[in-house]
Amino acid sequence: MTVWIETELCNGCERCVKACPYGAIEMQEGRAKILDRCTSCGTCISVCKQGAIHTDAVPRQIPDFSDRKGIWVVAEQRGGELMRVSLELLGKAGELAEQLDEDVCAVVLGWKTSGLIEELMRYGAAKVYRADHRLLEHYRSDAYTKVVCELIENYRPNIVLIGATMLGRDLAPRISRRVRAGLTADCTDLRIDEEENILLQTRPAFGGNVMATIANRFSRPQMATVRPGVMKPGAPKKVSGDVIRWKGALREQDIRTKILEQVREKRKSTGLDEAKVIVAGGRGVGSEKGWARIFELAEALGGEVAGTRIVVENGWLAAERQVGQTGQSVRPELYIACGLSGAIQHRAGMADSRYIVAINKDARAPIFQVADWGIVADLHDVVPALINGLNAGV
Amino acid sequence: MTARVLRRAEEKGAMEIVVLVKQVPDTTEVRLDPRTGNLIREGVESIMNPDDRHALEAAARLKESSGGRVTVLSMGPSQAIDVITEAVGICADRGVLLCDKAFAGADTWSTSTTLGKAVSKLGDIDLVLCGRQAIDGDTAQIGPQVAEYLGIAHISCVTGIEAVKRRSITVSRRTEDGFERVKSALPVLLTVMKEINEPRYPAIASLLAACAEKAPIEVWNAADLGVQVGDVGLEGSLTQVIRTFAPKSKRQTEMIEGDTSSVVEGLLSRLREKKLI
Repeated sequence: MTVWIETELCNGCERCVKACPYGAIEMQEGRAKILDRCTSCGTCISVCKQGAIHTDAVPRQIPDFSDRKGIWVVAEQRGGELMRVSLELLGKAGELAEQLDEDVCAVVLGWKTSGLIEELMRYGAAKVYRADHRLLEHYRSDAYTKVVCELIENYRPNIVLIGATMLGRDLAPRISRRVRAGLTADCTDLRIDEEENILLQTRPAFGGNVMATIANRFSRPQMATVRPGVMKPGAPKKVSGDVIRWKGALREQDIRTKILEQVREKRKSTGLDEAKVIVAGGRGVGSEKGWARIFELAEALGGEVAGTRIVVENGWLAAERQVGQTGQSVRPELYIACGLSGAIQHRAGMADSRYIVAINKDARAPIFQVADWGIVADLHDVVPALINGLNAGV
Repeated sequence: MTARVLRRAEEKGAMEIVVLVKQVPDTTEVRLDPRTGNLIREGVESIMNPDDRHALEAAARLKESSGGRVTVLSMGPSQAIDVITEAVGICADRGVLLCDKAFAGADTWSTSTTLGKAVSKLGDIDLVLCGRQAIDGDTAQIGPQVAEYLGIAHISCVTGIEAVKRRSITVSRRTEDGFERVKSALPVLLTVMKEINEPRYPAIASLLAACAEKAPIEVWNAADLGVQVGDVGLEGSLTQVIRTFAPKSKRQTEMIEGDTSSVVEGLLSRLREKKLI
């Protein structure tokens, strides 16, 4: 299986170079050349207007999945309380369902969770699949996998969305392998391709330096875990719908792990996910005095303080205040970035804020590209002046 | 799915440990060429995936404390032999690189098929260790998917190994709001987080020994694994990358200029105008 370019036909437009997901096409003397790292994926073939790219690969047959219906959200509850990401996913599922003309369904596992049904329906579920069992009270991979897989096999959904929480990212891959479905991790955008009616899943890769859009053409359900804080819950609607009970059997010996002890760490809630205003600092804040000013500014604005990975690693802020790829995703009304360059990993966690202010000495800092308002200046001058201005205005 | 019958505890001697490692680009340096939109790979250093290094360290410590044999396994291009060599220099008794053009372009489904097949071929295993996630893909899917392929349990986000007995292991793992202590029967697959230990680096002498021609390192291709070309790599994948692009912002940035008091006044008036303060 190979892909090759008929050099005489190549007009040097570089469309294939841009399209190659593997960076395996290069321009040499004005013509495209395929490099060794080509995986023969064939993405370049369709973008070539000259018909210069050929392959000997037989196109893979896409099976008929027309019997697959329904967009499922595997809801996450802890101690009988729904996680916000479940409502966010129901909101997104609602948009997708409208395009596909299918139902939004929620799946909820736990013990004595009847109180959650109403909330799931209010936020968009037309059907709730419910598994209520003593052995489901605390999450364990084996038990949850067994139940969700049985539901998937019985009711054959088209799409299954799971929050990309620690629980979701433990559960989803296990399910995907058992039901033989492709799975995309930690998506930040989901949409329906209008031609093929398939789910297009976009996610950051290479530490957020690259965004990749991924499709799942060859298996069902189309599975994705979705980053918390990125989608929005829909407006509450009238509660109505069906509840379908899981009726399988579950015994302790089906579960290969035992929880000996659970410790809840009383992490002080940072409230970052709910905050209307966030003041974030980076390496440029520098000193204890600098951080005192950041906290003061946040207080003057009634907001919260966040930071980049480097300031967390250096111990200036607690880990739960880290915003970015490996920290939290936030979307406040106002995000004030002080002395942080805006590495892509950080931007991945805050670029959806409604308004962004960037204050940095370096006019070339990438944070200015995502800001609504930029100030090229030393934050140690600007932040105290801002605090004075705010306090004077009160 | 190959539900394998793994060695029963009563038959076994030393503990058999497999560590899955990945060679990754040092992602803080990977960029897209702003002109072509391509990944700039030239000059980017390749490293052992950080979480996997912690998994290897966990294996090294188990071997020191309870005995056993460590096999390190990696799938990748020929240069990934470097991480195998390093792992052999650290603690592994045996290294296997899974290398074949047929494995290229794999999603996590077909990667877990290839790795799972290879673990099966190694024989009876008590413990599989790997990092929680790789810094290039960030999926955290390979561990649980390999475990499911092998038909064994897994525990993710492990931050400490408390006790290893002949038939069971007790670990602590991170949860969203704290941690839990979990016991599992063996065999089991663990994905580990950085908190688990402080990894060591190989001594020069043992690294040199691992580079020697007689070092216990093998390379297996698709035929060695007995996999069909259509089951692995891009062709065996269930998901495909359709397009890659640089993250872009749609915002128009307005720069506020002047001396400190005028930029502050300028900013405050804009914030007031948008009713943000």
